[in-house]
Amino acid sequence: MTDLLWILISAMLVNNFTLMLFLGLCPFMGVSSRVGTALRMGGANIFVLTITSLVASFLNAYILPWAPYLRLISFIVVIASLVQIVETVIKKVSPKLFRELGIFLPLITTNCAILGLAIFQTNKGYDALEGLFYAVGGGLGLTLALVLMASIREQTELVSVPAMARGMGLVLILAGSLSLAFMGFAGLFSS
Amino acid sequence: MSPRTTTPQEVFLRGVWRENPVLIQLLGLCPALAVTNTVANSLAMGLATFFVLLGSSILVSLFKDLIPKEVRISAYILIIATFVTIADLVLNAVVPEIHKALGAFIALIVVNCMILGRQEAFASKQPLGRAVLDAMGTGVGFIIALLLMGTLREVLGYGSFLGIALFGPGFEPWIIMILPAGGFFALGFILLGFGWWTERKAQQPKGRRWMNEVTDAAAPPSGEAS
Repeated sequence: MTDLLWILISAMLVNNFTLMLFLGLCPFMGVSSRVGTALRMGGANIFVLTITSLVASFLNAYILPWAPYLRLISFIVVIASLVQIVETVIKKVSPKLFRELGIFLPLITTNCAILGLAIFQTNKGYDALEGLFYAVGGGLGLTLALVLMASIREQTELVSVPAMARGMGLVLILAGSLSLAFMGFAGLFSS
Repeated sequence: MSPRTTTPQEVFLRGVWRENPVLIQLLGLCPALAVTNTVANSLAMGLATFFVLLGSSILVSLFKDLIPKEVRISAYILIIATFVTIADLVLNAVVPEIHKALGAFIALIVVNCMILGRQEAFASKQPLGRAVLDAMGTGVGFIIALLLMGTLREVLGYGSFLGIALFGPGFEPWIIMILPAGGFFALGFILLGFGWWTERKAQQPKGRRWMNEVTDAAAPPSGEAS
């Protein structure tokens, strides 16, 4: 049980997907200007990550031992179709949720965090349960990074910034500082 | 088909500089930040991405009339994934050390939004020749951006270039530049530099030099005496 907990915390803080492994940077830069949007994007990500992790475990266990060279292609096809199915189901079941998540779901397909999770999980040799905790931890970490970034960016809109730093330059410097701060969590494991 | 408004040179050069995928459009940031801690890694990543982009642009442009509109994105992703698998296997066979250093990020070329973006925006609508030119321009632009980042980070972070030590033993390496945070900072400072440059250019009105010459000539000779 403690192992599972450590996997979760490690994926969330120590090896934060966005700030340490550079996964999912597109939404990190694109939809991190409002806290509310960032939260919803994070939620959608956790959801898709969890399903992806389950499917990847299934593929790894039952199909890919016979065709390892098809790993990448089958992962990406499964993820793309999965997101499509999820989108259709949500549209049918809860139109309200669909309106809130609508634009984000297709974006998630080309989010490197999802494919990255499937690949890292395979490389680390996690079983289905460990993979699940890894996915939830990674998703929580993504959400944390997104929300932190969005709250900082909401503040920077109110202050006067030098003209040359308007735009992405400032966001990247902020992300670098956040990444530095997250490095502090590495100490969690050295003891 | 829309009339051609750009010359082939413009198609090529656009991707290299004016619409540079990383430095201007901020696409494909994951590999640009994750694997650029040394020049060798940057070069390998840049070349692999160039190969994938070129290969998939050729295929997409050739098959653009056969791919149904509704499933085009999946078809593009499949084509891209095929080329990434080829690149992955080739790198593993030829340069296993670099393959190990890049790790999962080679597989992640599939979800590099720059590649899918070029297919959707350009290769699927243009004849083969122009698609190849566009892919080469964008690919070269990507390599340039990665090399810029890689050089900055390796020179400051290790004090070396391509593994050759540049400074004497007195050099204290900036460890932060090879850490993840350094990737954000390096690109951030490059973008700040660009911002500073454009801002300065915008403040200088066009033909200012000519204006200066005129005012200099018209200035009273008393200025000369002082």
